[in-house]
Amino acid sequence: MENRILKDENDRVDGFLKVTGGAKYFAEYELPGLTYGVLVTSTITKGKITALDTKAAEKAPGVIAVLSHLNKPSAPAYEQEGGSQMKIFYTDKIFYNGQPIAIVVANTFERATYAASLVKATYAKEEFNTNLDKALKNSKAKKLQGQPDYKRGIENAYKTAEIKIEQQYILPIETHNPMELHGIIADWRPANKVTVYAKTQGVKATQGTIANVFKIPIENIQVNSEFVGGGFGMGLRTWPLEIATVMASKHIGKPVKLVITRMQMFTMVGNRPTAIQKVGLGATKDGKLTGITHTAFGETASYENFTEGVVNMAKFMYQCDNVNTSYTIVPVDLGVPIWMRGPGEATGAFALESAIDELAHELDMDPLDFRIKNDPEMDQQKNKPFSSKNIKEAYKLGAEKIGWGKRKNKPGSLIEGSWQTGYGVSVGVFNANRGKASVKGILRADGTLLLQSATSDIGPGTGTGMGLIASKLLNIPTSKITFELGDSSLPPAPSQGGSATLSTIGSAVNDVCVALKSTIAELAANSNMDATSNFVDVLKKNKLPSVEITKESQSGKERDNYSMYSFSIHFVQVKVHSLTGVVKVSKIVSVGDSGKIVSSKTARSQMVGGAVGGIGMALTEEAIVDHRYGRYINNNFADYHVPVNADVPEIDVIFIDKPDFLVNPMGAKGMGEIALIGFSAAVANAVFNATGKRIRNLPITPDKILA
Amino acid sequence: MQSSDNKKNSGDSRRDFLKKSSLITAIALTPSVAMKAAESQADERFAELFEKIPLNVTVNNKAYKAFIEPRVTLLDYLREELHLTGTKKGCDHGQCGACTVHVDGERINSCLSLAVMNEGKKITTIEGLANGEELHPMQQAFIKHDGFQCGYCTSGQIMSAVACVREGHTNSRAEISEYMSGNICRCGAYPNIVDAIVEVKEGGMKV
Repeated sequence: MENRILKDENDRVDGFLKVTGGAKYFAEYELPGLTYGVLVTSTITKGKITALDTKAAEKAPGVIAVLSHLNKPSAPAYEQEGGSQMKIFYTDKIFYNGQPIAIVVANTFERATYAASLVKATYAKEEFNTNLDKALKNSKAKKLQGQPDYKRGIENAYKTAEIKIEQQYILPIETHNPMELHGIIADWRPANKVTVYAKTQGVKATQGTIANVFKIPIENIQVNSEFVGGGFGMGLRTWPLEIATVMASKHIGKPVKLVITRMQMFTMVGNRPTAIQKVGLGATKDGKLTGITHTAFGETASYENFTEGVVNMAKFMYQCDNVNTSYTIVPVDLGVPIWMRGPGEATGAFALESAIDELAHELDMDPLDFRIKNDPEMDQQKNKPFSSKNIKEAYKLGAEKIGWGKRKNKPGSLIEGSWQTGYGVSVGVFNANRGKASVKGILRADGTLLLQSATSDIGPGTGTGMGLIASKLLNIPTSKITFELGDSSLPPAPSQGGSATLSTIGSAVNDVCVALKSTIAELAANSNMDATSNFVDVLKKNKLPSVEITKESQSGKERDNYSMYSFSIHFVQVKVHSLTGVVKVSKIVSVGDSGKIVSSKTARSQMVGGAVGGIGMALTEEAIVDHRYGRYINNNFADYHVPVNADVPEIDVIFIDKPDFLVNPMGAKGMGEIALIGFSAAVANAVFNATGKRIRNLPITPDKILA
Repeated sequence: MQSSDNKKNSGDSRRDFLKKSSLITAIALTPSVAMKAAESQADERFAELFEKIPLNVTVNNKAYKAFIEPRVTLLDYLREELHLTGTKKGCDHGQCGACTVHVDGERINSCLSLAVMNEGKKITTIEGLANGEELHPMQQAFIKHDGFQCGYCTSGQIMSAVACVREGHTNSRAEISEYMSGNICRCGAYPNIVDAIVEVKEGGMKV
């Protein structure tokens, strides 16, 4: 990643490229002889293709090939029986509406687009169901355990509690829809050498998938993905459309570029699935939790199972001796979901944190006091101490900042003209993960440091964070540090997901820098130089152009002895218009308790971004399926409403900023997920506080408020 | 989504019509061997003769002459023909603003404009905003206020922000937000974007 002289050490290292249009995303690489792929998709929801007429498309101007299950372009792994994923072009079965059934390749994008419209499919339709609620009511519909049932103490203890609530919470399908459209450029060369330019959160994962499907040695595959225009989880797997493009390149012997349409972004690259959850909570009259029951049902596809951590939070977030959870996945005839920011924990937190607010209301307690009263000293699920947890401090700081004192416990108390004001709070929590990664560091006599790792940057600022870690350890300005990523030939690193990149790759950067430092010290000692000598002088004295060290890094035993989580508290002020039901989020304070903050500017932006995502989840985002046809009816940005600038107020971000060295050497915990987790409940709780209306069915649209 | 029952207007019939209707001219102009050449070559010839249109545009102060199909959008012309890939494709429907460029000084969604509609016009893209290594004040402000994360919507945001200041729609944070709401940022950098615009506006810098 190119580095320019920065005005501020905390500025993004790739800022110059991003503001000048110089940052190259996957679709922007010029390859000689580049061709264009366009997908043909199914227009039925379930059944079989009985005929596929590709003649007109093949004869259309500029068309090079039309690939489908009829000509089964070579993918050796798909010729074998079994496997748990969709084998594109190796089946005539239709599993969902909008499934890719053919790819048309032509010499221009326009010609490929036109020719794709000429492909004519005939189907044998079958009965289908895209409705989770309907599947739950059908005793014959398949239901699978998504996670082992959990029980601590007495099952359903809430039922016999002095004060209890029992409610159902529903989340619709939400789509990732990063601004960059998904796709890939695949270039299959003779002797089975493959280069791809991908939109992926893991170059090594993409490399591995292509190697497996096409049965070629992994070293033959080069994956490039330096800039990724957002992912939010969507790039955590290699999708059938990417395999289709690699097939096409292999078939025609030319590079093929596929960029899917915004409409296709709703159907073939996953979503946050619909979830129906039931939460039962019980407490003593003085507000001690005595029972938590969290039951969740989530959608998966008919052709592949998808699970996420919907009921995790209920097991440890609050002090409670009696907890039981269950999580069931239910196949419907839609494309398979994929983890979306905060994944299941965000889904679960909406239900649990809404329910906590409801119980506090029943108890006539301030929901903040209720949370403080039930804050656990240790993790009761794992029976381990938390590595660090500063939640009470976070409650206090956030409450002060938003002006929590102005909140009235009685809903509907703050009215000004037609606007009702309310305050809400909720908590988010996510594993403070750390995986295994390798980093190579090259310290050069010209005063620069090059760091390399096959990690990604989907936006959080990976290179910026890594540069700051190295800068501090080696006392080199960030402008002299380059961090290379998004290239599968670099030292291996896991995919960017689960809020683990800074923790995982940062630790390896730390270890490399520590090793470089001691190498320089040794060289200094050997050449009778002062131990604190500048590395440039030491290298020059030793006539070395550079020193190079590669380190693999992972957690030690401390991970077995402690429970490690990042926490967030979201405070929200809303204004609800009493005549129209319009909700405006008017103030936000998000507090991050995620260890030491390494990169202050990008960390703040990540919290801001999470809050914005949370506004969408709470108020506007809902991918609507017409269950009669199994088709999305709002699959575009005009009808599927993501937050725009005017929906978002100024956002205050507060970090506790205390290091947790049990998690990693920087003392930093991840924060991509906690920025979003819980936020939607804070909005729902604020809406209740403003109006007395409890909306348990996201998004909180005006019709629900007025109903 | 491709329709399976789209029976009318197949490519063959249109091309057959062109071939027949132009038969006399074509015979006069073209040696008979060429007419017997592979169909794809004939297609290219017909496309050149009947389906492409000349275009003269100025992009970032550089004059371009092209001969292109009228169905090519300005966005695809910039990205695929001129390789000015700073302008981004986010939806192709004018719903996201990632493709915002200036045409004769006004911001437009380049995905909603066919390239050939811009005959004789002056276009500025993100690549034309900086003066070499010297960034435009808005670009500098976006870096300072971290007005982006993944960077994909950034070109469109900056082109829109510059126009927003020029239009005079920067009298309050609320007004800026309103006039910047045609540019979606899924990473959610909106407050930072507004900070950047406020700084440029209040700094009284020439935009």
